[in-house]
Order: sequence, then C-alpha cells, then structure tokens
Amino acid sequence: MTYEEKVTWVSAVVTLIVAGRYAWIVGGRLGELPVEAIAYQRPLLFAIGAMIVLTIVGTIAMSIATAIRGEISGDGSADDLDRKDERDADIEARGDRVAFYVSSAFMVGVLALAMLEQPYFWIANGVFAAFVVGSLVSSSVKLVAYRRGF
Amino acid sequence: MAKPTRVTNEIRALRFSAGEMTQAELADRVGLTRQTIIAIEQGRYSPSLEVAFKIARVFGVPLERVFGYPEEAP
Repeated sequence: MTYEEKVTWVSAVVTLIVAGRYAWIVGGRLGELPVEAIAYQRPLLFAIGAMIVLTIVGTIAMSIATAIRGEISGDGSADDLDRKDERDADIEARGDRVAFYVSSAFMVGVLALAMLEQPYFWIANGVFAAFVVGSLVSSSVKLVAYRRGF
Repeated sequence: MAKPTRVTNEIRALRFSAGEMTQAELADRVGLTRQTIIAIEQGRYSPSLEVAFKIARVFGVPLERVFGYPEEAP
C-alpha cells in the first residue's frame, strides 16, 4: 500500500466518523425541535475543525507507524516511504475530478434551497453534505483505483 | 475497473537478467513507488514517456526493448 493510499484511508475514516457523529447529534434533534430552533452552528464548526485536526493527527500517526514498520521489516527507509509518484498524482486527479462533479451537483441542490428561501439549517447542512459526500466519493474513487488498477 | 492498456513490457525479465534486481531497487532508481512498478509490470498502469525512458536507461537498453505495443488488427 502506497503512502498516498494510506493518507486516503485516513481522510476517509476521519470524514466518516466525524460526519457520522455530527449527523447523529444534529439529526437526533430534528424530531424534537423545529429546524429554526436547532443550534447546529457550533457542532458544525466543531465538526469541520475536528476533520482538519484529526486528518493531520491521523496522517502524522500513520507516517510514524509506517516509518517504524518500514525500518523494522526492511521494506524501505523512512526517507522513501512517503514517496509520491506520477501514478499517485493521476489517481488523485481522477478522484478529485469525480468529487468535483458530485459536489457541484449537491451545490445546485443547495442553490435551489436558497432560492426557495428554505431555513438556513438546510442550506448550511446542504453545503456541509456537499463537502462530505464529495470527500467520500473522492476517497472511494482513489481507493478503488489503487486496489483494482489504474 | 482496471485501466485497459495494450502496452506490454519486459521489465520482469529485464530485472532478472540485471542480477535479479528487486522491484524496490528499480523503484528507487527511477523515483517511483514499488506499487507503481508492480502495476506497470502487471500491465495495469502505463507510465509516462519520461518514466519509460528512465526505466529503459536503468537497464541500458532501448525503449522498445522494454515496452511494446501490438499492431492494430487490420
């Protein structure tokens, strides 16, 4: 497994866990309160921050573990384990391109919500969903490309 | 779905004739990951022209000795 594939796994797992936790907390309030009364702002900002911080921390932890494992097993030195080559770049470009189309489609939906003057709750969460789904689609496309060939 | 490539290669045979060079060693010499060398050897990835030249240079042979492309069916 290349370093970039491991980074993709870290990003996908962090996104899934944080977005899932956010949906669990905020979604659970949907049946209890009208959407205008749901205080989603702080959890949403916290979720975005947590995604950034946990992805960085997870990548650092993965890098250290990979380097130690590489030195012990002799698979490679710490210097070359994070190598990124043209295949990684091609796979990344493919994932990002697909994610762009998916996020764009979501954003058209959010635009419609805004034009229909729907509550800010749905607009803000629609934008967040666009980023989350785009990120997960990007990760999925990359992981399939790494596993099944590119 | 795997990228269909008609490019063939003789990297595996060339590695063995070059003192059983490992995939990791070849990867180091051309600046690729070992996984990319594996993907190229298995015909799952077509490298750029620049990388193809680098691989040929490692073995000291012309490009067409490393990579091939079958004739189009008439």
